[in-house]
Amino acid sequence: MIALGVPSKGRLMEKTFEWFGARGLQLSRSGSEREYAGSVEGAEMRLVLLSASEIPRELAAGRIHLGVTGSDLVRESLLGWQDAVEPLAPMGFGHADLILAVPMLWADVDTLDDLDAVCAQFRATHGHRLRIATKYHRLVREFLRANGVADYALVDSQGATEGTVLNGTAEAIADITSTGETLRANHLKVLEDGLIHASQATLFRARRAPWTDEDRAVLDDLMPRLTRT
Amino acid sequence: MISAADRTRGEALLARLRAAGAEPVQAPILLEAGPLLDLYGEDIRARAFQTQDPALGEMMLRPDFTVPVVRAHMAGGPTPARYCYLGEVFRRQEENPARAREYLQVGYELFDGSDPAAADAEVFARIAEVLAPWDPVPATGDLGLLIAAVEGLATTPRRRAALRRHIWRPFRFRRLTDRFTGRTEPTTARAALLARLAAETPETIAAEAGPAVGLRAPEEVAARLTALAEDAGTPPIPEAEAAALDALLAWEGTLAGALVPLRDLAVDLPALGPAIDRLESRAEALARRGIDADALPFAPARGRSAMEYYDGFIFTFADRTRADLPPLATGGRYDALTAALGGGAAIPAVGGVIRPGLLEDRA
Repeated sequence: MIALGVPSKGRLMEKTFEWFGARGLQLSRSGSEREYAGSVEGAEMRLVLLSASEIPRELAAGRIHLGVTGSDLVRESLLGWQDAVEPLAPMGFGHADLILAVPMLWADVDTLDDLDAVCAQFRATHGHRLRIATKYHRLVREFLRANGVADYALVDSQGATEGTVLNGTAEAIADITSTGETLRANHLKVLEDGLIHASQATLFRARRAPWTDEDRAVLDDLMPRLTRT
Repeated sequence: MISAADRTRGEALLARLRAAGAEPVQAPILLEAGPLLDLYGEDIRARAFQTQDPALGEMMLRPDFTVPVVRAHMAGGPTPARYCYLGEVFRRQEENPARAREYLQVGYELFDGSDPAAADAEVFARIAEVLAPWDPVPATGDLGLLIAAVEGLATTPRRRAALRRHIWRPFRFRRLTDRFTGRTEPTTARAALLARLAAETPETIAAEAGPAVGLRAPEEVAARLTALAEDAGTPPIPEAEAAALDALLAWEGTLAGALVPLRDLAVDLPALGPAIDRLESRAEALARRGIDADALPFAPARGRSAMEYYDGFIFTFADRTRADLPPLATGGRYDALTAALGGGAAIPAVGGVIRPGLLEDRA
């Protein structure tokens, strides 16, 4: 039977339930608030409630057939993600942009061209590479490499990333931003061409999951509804 | 995994390099990450395995021998020196998961500044000789030509330095040449900033932009604003020079066949002259070792994006039938790397590595 992995709590779970509900599949969480079990009505499917950050790994391992998670998490945590999963439907919520931001003070910096030039200037002036705080190491590194930016260092920041510049532990940041308010409050601005990835909640299919003929038939039957916009 | 046969083959290759007069050296497998990151930048994290030591901090599994061998030599080895080595290197394979993550390298490194052309030819000929039973396809390049061309451009030292910094990054190099030759216009935001700079001081613009947060001080912002204003008033790189630079980047042929077309390009880029003289000396030195320049493939920009810090002669030996394999051997001159590792004290150096694991079943 198809195992569908969805986020186990919060707004992401509620929006996921609504999204499937609008497509004729009633997802529900069984038992108490603390119990991570659930059911699906409307299709031969089993519900698996997981932390959103675990869903990419479970999809890649083929332990679930379908999964709902942010496209940013899939790209960051799965090497060669296209080989592991197939995006079936963008779900229209959980929008979050991974962006590069620098201090507003940097009147000389609008684009990646400027950031790269500042990296050279900064290293010559301060004797170390310009630090960019992020938790999205792979996405940021690949983006900067593709754009030929050099002489920067990524420093790990698992939370309150916007504050790292103010606290003197980084010169720039790469982080998810749903609104610009936190950035402005921390005196940061987004580079004109600094959109690394526009993420949203997405329904993925696991390529390596054990798909039986019955499973395939169930998914084929559902696809017109799932991909309806 | 490294097979017993790979190791035996590696030891046989090493024995031949020793017999040719190279001194065997050892290098640690666990390397401190700092010097590698400073040299290669964050990109090395996509290529090297990282680990953590409670006392020494971030470490990397040896991604190549060049850095530890250069460091060992610079710590007190006499020059000239010839080294050889055999050992494991470890590479993450993010883009090609099917490729080997640990494999052997057999290497030969020559530190000798007395006759660079002879040193280039010696290393190339040595690798060619020990690989002869596998009949590989050689190819050569010379980033010294591109560096000479950039350093001779009729423009500001700042623009030349910016291009020089990105010799190894074709995408950014192209962005910069497009801007410096006037092929691209400033963005709207940049045009507005330049207009402001004509009326206000850079200090005022920086002060009004935002509060002083972070290590980069308002003075640094003002200094770069001044530089932007100056750069906006700089005439574009002349069209003839830009065209010659493009032709240099695109040229492919043989080593012997390169000399006349390159001399033609030097009419527009006179700074190429000494670099072409060096190329010619190298062709002669190769001929003295029995290598035919008429048959040797050559492209000035070959090996440009290999991220290996080569800044002069470069070469590869590829399998004749398996285009899907990585090169059987690679090498080149890396004077800039010794300068970077030596805090400015450069030792002219050229070397090459062979992968015995790719030679399987082909002897």
